[in-house]
Amino acid sequence: MSPTVSLAPAAFDVQAIRRDFPILRERVHDKPLVYLDNAATTQKPRRVIDRLNAFYRRENANVHRGVHLLSERATDAYEDARRTVCRFLNAADPKEIVFVRGTTEAINLVAQSYGRTHVGSGDEIVITTMEHHSNIVPWQIVCEQTGARLRVAPMTDDGDIDLDAYEALLSARTKIVAVVHVSNALGTINPIAEIVRIAHAGGIPVLVDGAQAVAHMPVDVRALDCDFYAFSGHKVFGPTGIGVLYARASLLDAMPPYQGGGDMISAVTFERTLYNVPPYKFEAGTPDIAGAIGLAAALQYVEAIGLDHVRAHEHELLAYGTAALSQVPGLRLTGTAAHKAGILAFVLEGVHPHDIGTILDREGVAIRTGHHCCQPLMDRLGVPATARASLALYNTREEVDALARALDKVREVFT
Amino acid sequence: MSVNLTSDLQDLYQEVILDHNRRPRNFRAIETVRKAEGYNPLCGDRLTVYLRIENGRIEDASFLGSGCAISTASASLMTESVKGKTLEEARDLFERFHQMITRSPEQPIDDLGKLTALAGIRQFPIRVKCASLAWHTLRAAAETRTSSADVVSTE
Repeated sequence: MSPTVSLAPAAFDVQAIRRDFPILRERVHDKPLVYLDNAATTQKPRRVIDRLNAFYRRENANVHRGVHLLSERATDAYEDARRTVCRFLNAADPKEIVFVRGTTEAINLVAQSYGRTHVGSGDEIVITTMEHHSNIVPWQIVCEQTGARLRVAPMTDDGDIDLDAYEALLSARTKIVAVVHVSNALGTINPIAEIVRIAHAGGIPVLVDGAQAVAHMPVDVRALDCDFYAFSGHKVFGPTGIGVLYARASLLDAMPPYQGGGDMISAVTFERTLYNVPPYKFEAGTPDIAGAIGLAAALQYVEAIGLDHVRAHEHELLAYGTAALSQVPGLRLTGTAAHKAGILAFVLEGVHPHDIGTILDREGVAIRTGHHCCQPLMDRLGVPATARASLALYNTREEVDALARALDKVREVFT
Repeated sequence: MSVNLTSDLQDLYQEVILDHNRRPRNFRAIETVRKAEGYNPLCGDRLTVYLRIENGRIEDASFLGSGCAISTASASLMTESVKGKTLEEARDLFERFHQMITRSPEQPIDDLGKLTALAGIRQFPIRVKCASLAWHTLRAAAETRTSSADVVSTE
């Protein structure tokens, strides 16, 4: 018998993981909660909740300021969180990690700081059809400010980026490429390393929106070779209000500040201000200290489980869910790329997604319905909205079965 | 409905609602009239309401568009119920309808004829906008002076 390597079963105990998340024991409408809205936000393990609690009970003070013990504790914990993020993304140096409010702010930071200094009239910014509004609108703002033009790389009907068309779109006028790692509305896992290689061949930097990736697969920014990588804490089991911008040190050094204020300066007079070094140059004002520390606890939590195991579990569940939903008459999956993360987006013939969402909610099943902040993508798919179940490490086959049963109820009401 | 649903869902998706969703009444455009477009940016529901008004009275009302069962049925029932009413009477009806769908489920409600079928929305506050979109659009259409369409939004 040839040796086989199986990542999932031995080390991965989904029931044990579920016990780490207190909210999963909640009942909604007198039914057990089936939480399948993880692409919107993820639930928090006890470890994160406890860490926030402990910080406010024993360590709370402002960072980088006081000479007193509590400020030292808070600063140590905050900077320790930065090192945890650095390790989590395999960045080269903690100074490449900027704490922000979330993916949206990270992209706006790059758009306004890097974008406005490198993009001029007649230049082009390249994105893709499957971007979230947060990776469209900040670039439209830069285009309005500079006279640049937004170009959109198309995708296939399955939801794969058309790499040839993407490559053909790039030119000497292209100043930055901004692309989503995992599509929130389709589940497509984009070939980032390849997208980066093609852009770098023309000397073009690449920003990656990693909001839907970091909770579901290992991410190595040096292996991807991307120049910017953005993600949100709350989508990887951390608190809301905290997120991360990774940027190559050489880029951060040359970029002007995004916001002005305390902590981002080294000396201020009324005539002139000397800016602090990165990452502090980009962290004006008191940051979300507890959020960063809570995020680090969340990242340590998933690291301990192992993102390879998480990916294998979700991959198996996605296959199971795809098969189960394919049995539902009149259901059509939107997003059928070969490489997909745990997103089951669909439309049901004759039933609007909002009605699906309401009936599922009464069955205890939480999903998202609507345009998923991807209106241009919905236009491309030719639908006003979809229903979306999105998986995370704590979801089970039984929950997918509950989804399928609830969809049967939807069909009974509407047929 | 043979399916075993919770009572609040049965209240929401009554047979009248499902019927008007499947076969919306007055689902057509009217030429040379007042019209307005309604849009709910949260869910992408979009509809156009058409009115033919003579001597302050709604002689014909219709709509086109796409949306969930609640917004479609609400628009369909609305066009039926405002036909023949003066603009003043239609405004009053909207007010009473709005009170009905936003009142707490314990409070008694007025009998608004067929529109009473939508009273189940009281138990689903998040869906109130679905039911009121058509009415907001009707009001905008009634207020237009020309046949140029205004877009009203629920946000």
